[in-house]
Amino acid sequence: MSDIVEKTLTALPGLFLQNQPGGGPAAAKASFSSRLGSLVRGITALTSKHEEEKLIQQELSSLKATVSAPTTTLKMMKECMVRLIYCEMLGYDASFGYIHAIKLAQQGNLLEKRVGYLAVSLFLHESHELLLLLVNTVVKDLQSTNLVEVCMALTVVSQIFPREMIPAVLPLIEDKLQHSKEIVRRKAVLALYKFHLIAPNQVQHIHIKFRKALCDRDVGVMAASLHIYLRMIKENSSGYKDLTGSFVTILKQVVGGKLPVEFNYHSVPAPWLQIQLLRILGLLGKDDQRTSELMYDVLDESLRRAELNHNVTYAILFECVHTVYSIYPKSELLEKAAKCIGKFVLSPKINLKYLGLKALTYVIQQDPTLALQHQMTIIECLDHLDPIIKRETLELLYRITNAQNITVIVQKMLEYLHQSKEEYVIVNLVGKIAELAEKYAPDNAWFIQTMNAVFSVGGDVMHPDIPNNFLRLLAEGFDDETEDQQLRLYAVQSYLTLLDMENVFYPQRFLQVMSWVLGEYSYLLDKEMPEEVIAKLYKLLMNDSVSSETKAWLIAAVTKLTSQAHSSNTVERLIHEFTISLDTCMRQHAFELKHLHENVELMKSLLPVDRSCEDLVVDASLSFLDGFVAEGLSQGAAPYKPHHQRQEEKLSQEKVLNFEPYGLSFSSSGFTGRQSPAGISLGSDVSGNSAETGLKETNSLKLEGIKKLWGKEGYLPKKESKTGDESGALPVPQESIMENVDQAITKKDQSQVLTQSKEEKEKQLLASSLFVGLGSESTINLLGKADTVSHKFRRKSKVKEAKSGETTSTHNMTCSSFSSLSNVAYEDDYYSNTLHDTGDKELKKFSLSSELLDSESLTELPLVEKFSYCSLSTPSLFANNNMEIFHPPQSTAASVAKESSLASSFLEETTEYMHSNAMEVCNNETISVSSYKIWKDDCLLMVWSVTNKSGLELKSADLEIFPAENFKVTEQPGCCLPVMEAESTKSFQYSVQIEKPFTEGNLTGFISYHMMDTHSAQLEFSVNLSLLDFIRPLKISSDDFGKLWLSFANDVKQNVKMSESQAALPSALKTLQQKLRLHIIEIIGNEGLLACQLLPSIPCLLHCRVHADILALWFRSSCSTLPDYLLYQCQKVMEGS
Amino acid sequence: MIKFFLMVNKQGQTRLSKYYEHVDINKRTLLETEVIKSCLSRSNEQCSFIEYKDFKLIYRQYAALFIVVGVNDTENEMAIYEFIHNFVEVLDEYFSRVSELDVSFFNTVFHGTWQMHSGPYQEPIDELPKICSALEPQQACFSPDSSSFKGAASTTPIY
Repeated sequence: MSDIVEKTLTALPGLFLQNQPGGGPAAAKASFSSRLGSLVRGITALTSKHEEEKLIQQELSSLKATVSAPTTTLKMMKECMVRLIYCEMLGYDASFGYIHAIKLAQQGNLLEKRVGYLAVSLFLHESHELLLLLVNTVVKDLQSTNLVEVCMALTVVSQIFPREMIPAVLPLIEDKLQHSKEIVRRKAVLALYKFHLIAPNQVQHIHIKFRKALCDRDVGVMAASLHIYLRMIKENSSGYKDLTGSFVTILKQVVGGKLPVEFNYHSVPAPWLQIQLLRILGLLGKDDQRTSELMYDVLDESLRRAELNHNVTYAILFECVHTVYSIYPKSELLEKAAKCIGKFVLSPKINLKYLGLKALTYVIQQDPTLALQHQMTIIECLDHLDPIIKRETLELLYRITNAQNITVIVQKMLEYLHQSKEEYVIVNLVGKIAELAEKYAPDNAWFIQTMNAVFSVGGDVMHPDIPNNFLRLLAEGFDDETEDQQLRLYAVQSYLTLLDMENVFYPQRFLQVMSWVLGEYSYLLDKEMPEEVIAKLYKLLMNDSVSSETKAWLIAAVTKLTSQAHSSNTVERLIHEFTISLDTCMRQHAFELKHLHENVELMKSLLPVDRSCEDLVVDASLSFLDGFVAEGLSQGAAPYKPHHQRQEEKLSQEKVLNFEPYGLSFSSSGFTGRQSPAGISLGSDVSGNSAETGLKETNSLKLEGIKKLWGKEGYLPKKESKTGDESGALPVPQESIMENVDQAITKKDQSQVLTQSKEEKEKQLLASSLFVGLGSESTINLLGKADTVSHKFRRKSKVKEAKSGETTSTHNMTCSSFSSLSNVAYEDDYYSNTLHDTGDKELKKFSLSSELLDSESLTELPLVEKFSYCSLSTPSLFANNNMEIFHPPQSTAASVAKESSLASSFLEETTEYMHSNAMEVCNNETISVSSYKIWKDDCLLMVWSVTNKSGLELKSADLEIFPAENFKVTEQPGCCLPVMEAESTKSFQYSVQIEKPFTEGNLTGFISYHMMDTHSAQLEFSVNLSLLDFIRPLKISSDDFGKLWLSFANDVKQNVKMSESQAALPSALKTLQQKLRLHIIEIIGNEGLLACQLLPSIPCLLHCRVHADILALWFRSSCSTLPDYLLYQCQKVMEGS
Repeated sequence: MIKFFLMVNKQGQTRLSKYYEHVDINKRTLLETEVIKSCLSRSNEQCSFIEYKDFKLIYRQYAALFIVVGVNDTENEMAIYEFIHNFVEVLDEYFSRVSELDVSFFNTVFHGTWQMHSGPYQEPIDELPKICSALEPQQACFSPDSSSFKGAASTTPIY
């Protein structure tokens, strides 16, 4: 602790203020003579904000003059920086000094450099362009022999560093991990943590070094490495299970007070370190009994030790409870944790109560009985004076909602909603109410009224999914047709009543919902004629407070109703008024209505009753215009070129200075073309399926003879504008009176009048209504986090066919991003179904292909290339000892074949797909297991082949793979043989699908077998999978490339130096094709287009351009991490060869 | 994770600010005003944690000075609450009875020590005792009674 470095660092602050180091107070007195001192004094003396502003502006202008004067010495500059920092902290722009801060860091002596670095880290942010100027200084300082300089450089790297420049300093920082001083090691770890945060792929290869840091003899270094581990384990817990023991030991030591005494805080040993460790353990033990068992003891110890009454021990206890309930349950621990929660909740200290509620909210999903124990406390908290406590209680109630207590809970939520003014709270709560209402609504009337309340309170701030989902629910209906009709009818009636009320303002979103429902379902009304509904809509249309977007919805509704109406005076009046409207959009709608109105037959066929759910078939290629186009061409018109092509040509003409491919500007114009609100044609199509069908056709359609006409571009904007409309709308929410809320308020008024004892009774009553339904399922459902209650309003699940190509995936992505919370369960179902489906298909496909051993190669590369690529290549297979007993995956199921035939079939099988070298993953005296990967078109096939080396027979050998977080592992059939003969081999195959993008993952499993009926043995192994295993070529055309390119938001650019051998573009691309499985679409001059996809179907595009020996790579993808990763791989490939 | 660390007095003057994620300079002033406003609106009976937009504020008041930490929802509120106190204890040790003005005069010192001893987005938590022990190697790190610390809170108006 008292080494030289620390002392030097300590002395620095004192030196700042141009004073001899001598401890804080002495320096404090001295500071008043400094310029900063007088500035601070000046500001403190002032009373008004205005004066302050004047003084600081004055100060800034004098500073500006000083820093830019050539005579200013570095010492003065340092002084100026300190004052600039102060000014900027007060909120005044000091950007003129940024460059000088960097200069100071570059040129100054130790102290000045330090101020420079400090200023830089406070002024700049990660993507600031000036930061690049700092890189050289950092590199220089990292190599310095002066410890303080090294420390300063490491510190600044761990605070801000440009992501693109990480490779420049990475090796230097890696070296520092072995430094003899712990402060340097610690800072190096923190710098690497920063890198891991901003560019995880770049530090992948040093994971092993983090393990060293974890075992460092200095506590500080170890603590720093925990940050990295917490992060990595969060992303992929299965890869770090083997470290559980180490974390447990560390925690044991900390809890046992083995750390130096200066880590104690109020005699609690390193509390924040404990919290960090508990979090890591919680993540590791989740759903994993074996790992959890390792940590029971230490958790028990932590719970016991933390009985001191101090806030920080409460913090530790909270974390303990969290962990106990996250890992595989153990009843003793759960009991203790529950007791702990009880103590928190009942505590008079408000902060503890909050903590208790938070813990209860987490725990309650696993153990609803706890809520029953504390029901009275929860009721009290519900009426607590502190809105934060109330809010937390509602959060808790939200978790225990079921079909029986929904009405009470939603009512409570609405009450809170009416008192709350904060937008964030409103958005959040409204979403929850809508979700609950959709899930558990007891009846139609309640559902519609609650949704009315949601729309009127949530207004235009709420998530656009809520009205969309609501409409979709109405339109798609449920399984029972009559109930659907009743729900729709009730909605129509309630909206008509609402519209009848005078002087009430509804949010725009609500009006849009109303107008759509009225337009679609007014026909269900018996008494009221469509004319009357039209009249009401007309009244709204003439209202000035209605936005023009809403008016478009209204007019669409009127249009739908017109075809049902008999007389149409109002419609004519409407047409008359809006055909002269100043709003072009309105005018357009009015004219459409006018023409449709004149042709009733057409109108009826165009706007059929209750057909909103049926898919429209749209000819997206606009093929009916082909004749027109051909005519135009024959008359000498220039053929149409898509936008990006024109851009490209334009660029190639002015090539002299432009080094960027394409240019960035073209994206905007293509998509913002038409701003048609959800009007006539789109209003009836909520599900968006028409777009899908349209696109599908586009893919298959061929335009012969005519080159690329304005087909697709013309169609896409339309689709885009629709989503824009549905999510748009700005105006502020307005208060309105809803039935439901009325009830709530009157009820509350009453309760205030009631006497004390009655109040008590009321609470009891409320409690019984709130916690009903919890008792019945009181069997502790510890692991079952799945929502067992079926949705009241379950949507008909439309089985969509999984379509090939990237269009589906992009569509799916937009789908899922727009889908609301309430949708999650349903979506999950859907995806797992499709996954399952594809899995089945794969199976079939695979068995087929292995039968037809000589069938055509399915992969893109010609056979020869494949062979050369697969570095294992066939001869080596036979040279390898443990390889000669490979079995063909399929045939082993039936019998054990002869070795020679095996070898040949293995060969043939692998020519079909690329595959990796076989690697021994584990062995003992009896068996050895080796594995290899087969990169199939649609999945990764892992093959483990188990060889019985002993002369004995093995019984019931079985191989199992642990479920991994990022993968979905499916076993191929025919794997388990009851008996395994002596000296034989058999294979197990698993197809691996990726579930969530990751960078690197592990697949672990074990093989178990019985030997001679006596003892059973088990052998664990693990295999490393990288994302590269899931990259496949994506075969698309250049046109599709152009289109996709525009639609992707994530891009990464980097220049890579090429080695001699691949200086020409084609050979460089070929390398990429072979090593990374990218598909070469086209090579145009010195540019190349490539594409690939991450299974199942996340596309990634690559644009390359060559200048001399520099290859400029430009990646784009819909997935944010993919480009980074591929870039890293490309760099490796290009530099490696 | 900690998003920002603020020291603001009752009048709304910022004494120290540190952002761990870039916030535009104009938005900073706005945020600081709103944060102090919501802190001032709380009474003693209410808890020390506030929901603000999509993150949580954890605050502690020492005389006229508020220390506010903004965190995202993965954080343990109580741990941060105690972290603030730890921080103040360290200041008190360093300045021997720290006052509000110390904070503003030694703005850079603060950033300095802090920067030297903390990771990027992470709390310098366990590092603080180290700063302290590094400062005065002979003295014990923390005196068990924090009574001396109460005095630290009072701002002695020097001017």
